Amino acid sequence: MNQDVLNFIFIGITFGIYIGIALWAKAGSTKDYYTAGGGVSPLANGMATAADWMSAATFISMAGGVAASGYDGSWMLMGWTGGFVLLTTLMVPYLRKFGKATVPDFVGDRFYSNAARLVAVFCAIFICMTYIMGQMRGVGIVFSRLFNIEIATGVLIGAGIVFFYAGLGGMKGITYTQVAQYCVMVFAYTIPVVFISMTLTGNVIPQFGLIGDFTKGGAEAVPLLEKINAICVDIGIDKYTDGSLSKTDMFCITAALMFGTAGLPHVIVRFFTVKSVKAVRKSACWTLGFIAIIYLTAPALGLFARTNLIDEVRNTPYAEAPAWFKKWEDQGMIAWVDKNNDGIMQYEKGTVFKGKPNMDGDKRGSNGERLVTNEISSAPNEVYYEKDIIVLANPEMAGLPKWLIALVMAGCVAAALSTAAGLLLVLSTAISHDLMKKIIKPDITDKQEMNYARMASFGALAIAAYFGIYPPSNLIAETVAFAFGLAASSFFPTLLMGIFSKRVNREGGIAGMVSGIAFTLGYIIYFQFMGGDKANYLFGISPKGIGIIGMCVNFIVAFIVSSFTPPPPKEVQEMVEDIRIPSGAGEATH
Amino acid sequence: MSDKKSNAEAHYKVSLKIVCSILAVWAFVSYGCAILFRNWMDTNMPKIGNAPFGFWMAQQGSIICFVLLLLAYTFFMNKADEKFGFSEEDK
Repeated sequence: MNQDVLNFIFIGITFGIYIGIALWAKAGSTKDYYTAGGGVSPLANGMATAADWMSAATFISMAGGVAASGYDGSWMLMGWTGGFVLLTTLMVPYLRKFGKATVPDFVGDRFYSNAARLVAVFCAIFICMTYIMGQMRGVGIVFSRLFNIEIATGVLIGAGIVFFYAGLGGMKGITYTQVAQYCVMVFAYTIPVVFISMTLTGNVIPQFGLIGDFTKGGAEAVPLLEKINAICVDIGIDKYTDGSLSKTDMFCITAALMFGTAGLPHVIVRFFTVKSVKAVRKSACWTLGFIAIIYLTAPALGLFARTNLIDEVRNTPYAEAPAWFKKWEDQGMIAWVDKNNDGIMQYEKGTVFKGKPNMDGDKRGSNGERLVTNEISSAPNEVYYEKDIIVLANPEMAGLPKWLIALVMAGCVAAALSTAAGLLLVLSTAISHDLMKKIIKPDITDKQEMNYARMASFGALAIAAYFGIYPPSNLIAETVAFAFGLAASSFFPTLLMGIFSKRVNREGGIAGMVSGIAFTLGYIIYFQFMGGDKANYLFGISPKGIGIIGMCVNFIVAFIVSSFTPPPPKEVQEMVEDIRIPSGAGEATH
Repeated sequence: MSDKKSNAEAHYKVSLKIVCSILAVWAFVSYGCAILFRNWMDTNMPKIGNAPFGFWMAQQGSIICFVLLLLAYTFFMNKADEKFGFSEEDK
């Protein structure tokens, strides 16, 4: 059967399942819409949170990032799992006990002011917008591959589907759909890797393949990592296991991701859907367990993909290039520039050309390769590939059966949809519930509130789609990493102080949040979009890792301002004492 | 009521202790083993399969530790809840 037909069938079936579940679990009230009525089991919530968590960035970009940078890519692996330890021990049990439906709700009540609530709403919008851009890009890549269209059209189709889908079910629909999506994702992610691991190393378990020997085609056993390291040395780049990031930068980026995780509104609200504080803890264990399955597989996949890529492409004549190479080239994700006119693909150190490939219409070179209009660099490297395609192209590289490739496509779509839906929900509730209902028009009805939510999600998607078409950063994962920096510098410190300090007051909370996010946002915009010089990095920290400094700014400003202003009123102090007691958490209300 | 209040304070103290010890291990396995001391770990610790210890900790070991840490946290917190009478039955 044709690959395209198979892809359609697989994605069609999964869509059918999702829509079926969404219709079955349709939200009847705003309570259903925001927190699924508060009665989801810890296991189901764990799965749903894992699906919500594993975005297009995780699914598509992470393994590609690890493949391209080896040890350096570990910041994604540790950052996106380690944050759950912080989230579970410091945040969610207390916020669940507090019992309101959204994060700005807590900020508004704890810091007893609508101004604080307003700042929190804007932080939530900024964070979710940055994050959702990466998702739209991911959806675009999958659809462009699927329907053989430009990424821009793919992004628009994806946005349409997500809008239909998130507006329909609210939190209840999303939660149960995400359970199904997790199942699709975990199979789509792990099964191909198992096959590849068997071909390359003879190990059924990819995690053992990672530390095992390369034995492909009955070759003499060589440690796989050493083989890759040797090739890296040969090419003249840093060893796969060494990496090139400075320790400071590595530390800061990892930390920014971890602390950001603990401050991400769309993850925190997931834990408002279970019954009690005890269930929150249990649910968090399930969540991290489910996430770990994929995160432990990703480094193996990255290594295998790198091996396959080098094995099949390096020093191969273009005429003998594998079919997947040409397929992705047709889509503008791979490019080859025959700099020395020998018809052989040199995969070496350095960049091929400036920026992303700009295909010269349908023009072909003397070997049949697509021509680019970019300014060619002087480096010997001739092969350009977009890192994001590693996971999608990998099953083809390894020559796996067609149904597996279709399954991977379905998994990608599931990953991007589930996260985008979760984010849209937070975005729309931040506007409809926290902004409209609590601040601007307290007398609107339930129904009007839902309408505002839907309008907000439409507007948000339109903006996200625009940035999905013109992404501010090369790799999906990097766009997403900015969202974490913003969360680490705004919500994490503010929530932490709100829970563990009785002294931090309204003035301190607001000043801290504003200065933290302003500092981080300013730094990212200056260095990422206004062409700031790398030499001027603060302590050599790249924009991805700056959230951690933003977090310190937030803490310091909040403490200083609080110490010069009167302590919070007595009822707020009592509220703080109350949320520290784990029993008696009622249903989450709004 | 005052009994409940002193219980709550004692419970809060115990839970802070649990959280701090969990986070100490958390920081050690991730920032410590995998980033700051990784060169030392690579040379002085046994290889895991073919992978240098620090590299393996960064890509596999730390994640496994995170899962174990959360299980430990849940176990000790539930125990503390019981001890101070804040335990709730699963519904």
